[in-house]
Amino acid sequence: MGATHLPSTEFDGTDIEDRLEAEAEARLGDPAEPMVQLLAPDGTLGSDPVFSEYAERLNPEDLRGFYADMAKIRRFDVEATALQRQGQLALWVPLTGQEAAQIGSGRASQPQDYIFPTYREHGVALTRNVDLAELLRQFRGVSNGGWNPKDTNFHLYTLVLAAQTPHAVGYAMGIQRDQKFAASAAITDGTPGQTAEPKAAVMVYFGDGASSEGDVHESMVFASSYNAPVVFFCQNNHWAISVPSSVQTRVPLANRAKGYGFPGIRVDGNDVVAVHAVTEWALERARQGEGPVLIEAFTYRVGAHTTADDPTKYRESAEEGRWRAKDPLERLEKYLRAQGLADDDFFERVRADGDELAAYVRKTTHDLETPDIRTAFANTYVEAHPLVAEELAWFEEYSAGFVDEAEPADTEAAN
Amino acid sequence: MTTMTIAKAINEGLRATLTNNPRALLMGEDIGPLGGVYRVTDGLIAEFGADRVVDTPLAESGIIGTAIGLSLRGYLPVCEIQFDGFVFPGFNQITTQLAKMHSRSNGNLTVPVVIRIPYGGGIGSIEHHSESPEALFAHTAGLRIITPSNPHDAYWMIQQAADCQDPVIVFEPKRRYWLKGEVDTETPGTSADPFKAHVLREGTDATVVVYGPLVPVALAAANAAAEDGRSVEVIDLRSISPIDFDTVTESVKKTGRLIVAHEAPTFGGIGGEIAARISERAFHSLEAPVIRVGGFHMPYPVAKVEEDYLPDIDRILEALDRAFSY
Repeated sequence: MGATHLPSTEFDGTDIEDRLEAEAEARLGDPAEPMVQLLAPDGTLGSDPVFSEYAERLNPEDLRGFYADMAKIRRFDVEATALQRQGQLALWVPLTGQEAAQIGSGRASQPQDYIFPTYREHGVALTRNVDLAELLRQFRGVSNGGWNPKDTNFHLYTLVLAAQTPHAVGYAMGIQRDQKFAASAAITDGTPGQTAEPKAAVMVYFGDGASSEGDVHESMVFASSYNAPVVFFCQNNHWAISVPSSVQTRVPLANRAKGYGFPGIRVDGNDVVAVHAVTEWALERARQGEGPVLIEAFTYRVGAHTTADDPTKYRESAEEGRWRAKDPLERLEKYLRAQGLADDDFFERVRADGDELAAYVRKTTHDLETPDIRTAFANTYVEAHPLVAEELAWFEEYSAGFVDEAEPADTEAAN
Repeated sequence: MTTMTIAKAINEGLRATLTNNPRALLMGEDIGPLGGVYRVTDGLIAEFGADRVVDTPLAESGIIGTAIGLSLRGYLPVCEIQFDGFVFPGFNQITTQLAKMHSRSNGNLTVPVVIRIPYGGGIGSIEHHSESPEALFAHTAGLRIITPSNPHDAYWMIQQAADCQDPVIVFEPKRRYWLKGEVDTETPGTSADPFKAHVLREGTDATVVVYGPLVPVALAAANAAAEDGRSVEVIDLRSISPIDFDTVTESVKKTGRLIVAHEAPTFGGIGGEIAARISERAFHSLEAPVIRVGGFHMPYPVAKVEEDYLPDIDRILEALDRAFSY
């Protein structure tokens, strides 16, 4: 393991039947392919010639923080699902099972990095300090993007699959140009060629299903051609609604990076330590100008695709059971307890914090204000637009016509 | 005043944009050393370098998508789509992402991307090189669409598109790229507002509304109609989204007859929108129904028969005859 995860330049020519068999095994949670894993499901810490170095940077507080984040976001997921069932949200997209992939990668990012999520990255949102109540606006139907990405460098959710991947590459191309601007300004000023801003990278999330979209291909071509500072973070959760990942790919997704000429690494997506290490490595090299990386986080969507989905129609519950045995929280809890890094008090406190977050989210969801359609008129264009103005004027006049009619009706009701 | 072609005027307009705005950059296929298939970006890479005149991979969705990302980082990308019929791989990015970004971010994000698309037929080209897809974009809220018909407008409109905070598609009339005209590079004059229609020829009996490649055709038709004693007003719409209905309405209230002509198919086209709006705004002034002249409901035909497809002087005159027969 380790260096072998880095790309070779030669196609390894594995027989396709073997590969399909390997994928079938992989779905059961035992990938035959090389995969970076540091924290095993039994809670023991292994080593890796490349990535142990990154894991060693973590102190006990970091590890407790990872656990707290994962527990928090899982509790949030339960609450949001309940809110949907109670009719408070139109839809919910659960993340349970993918906490390590999201917290590990999100915690590896730095504030100056810019993150493009898909629509399930609630855990990453937590690591970027997005107010989770604001995140629910979209699912309550009061906003198509509930937060200002400029506050947290966490972009809006994108629902058109993979459409955010070229945005991420373009953003990264912008960062490259900023650095050139800063360098040339430094030359002009006669100051040393160091940029005032810390070097930044971009990370973009997508799933095994979205990996089939043409935008992923085009993004990777652009990223490679311009050596853009972007990390492609693919959460292979094995199911695109009802279609298994074997329909999207006949080779491990990470291997696709070879075709574009940059490294692809498969990491145990339920191992928060390994995910953090690999992502930190990838982001660091991107910030240093060494170009893109594809990370495939091998994980599992334990729940439904959304609250409108019914996984019993397309997969065996035994499969879910096998993956639950690889639970990202349980393995870290085992490790923390075994190493004496956390005790019952800690886990009790984490549970209490989760409940507090859930209560906050529940209350705020109820309080979320329904916007006025006038804001939609206002935000269609930046600059004044005669058609929008005309339609708004009509709407105002039309709406005003109802005021007088409503009052007698109320009086009647009162009588 | 300088005399130049529309292609050269756009080239000069792009040069001005790159000079005035250090965050502007051009992106597209073959726009670097080749200068684009129509040479509109000729010489710009030598002047501004490969970071600002970017030859991209052959991937339209990638071009628009990365342009969106660059604009989110504070850049001003001006994208060239090589031909009208090749914009569709980028259609998803334009309609679901670019057009909606400002709205879905509750006004927090702006994506001032410019997309240049050479459009229209009449050049004897092969399939997908002669189309007029403007209505598909006009139907999408969040986009602005303009189309110059002469070098002066071309020079200023590309810069005005670059200055606009909304995404703008500039449809360039490819068969008029070599049309020459006077350009005042000092001041836009009456072309200061790219979204305002221009009355190019005043008349009293009928109004012909056109844009882009059909402007010279409509002016020639108006001249021919004058020989028959009909005084025809010609309006260059200039902007397809928004449409300057005020100028058209004012004209129709004077003339009482309206013909709208475009190369795009009439069904579901811009002409239908103008007909509907003018019927609402100037119903009592109309002496005849609004008549549309446009392409047929078929894929753009092969080059050898495109003359039968494209609106020409006679088709506009025939429409005028019909309007006067009421």
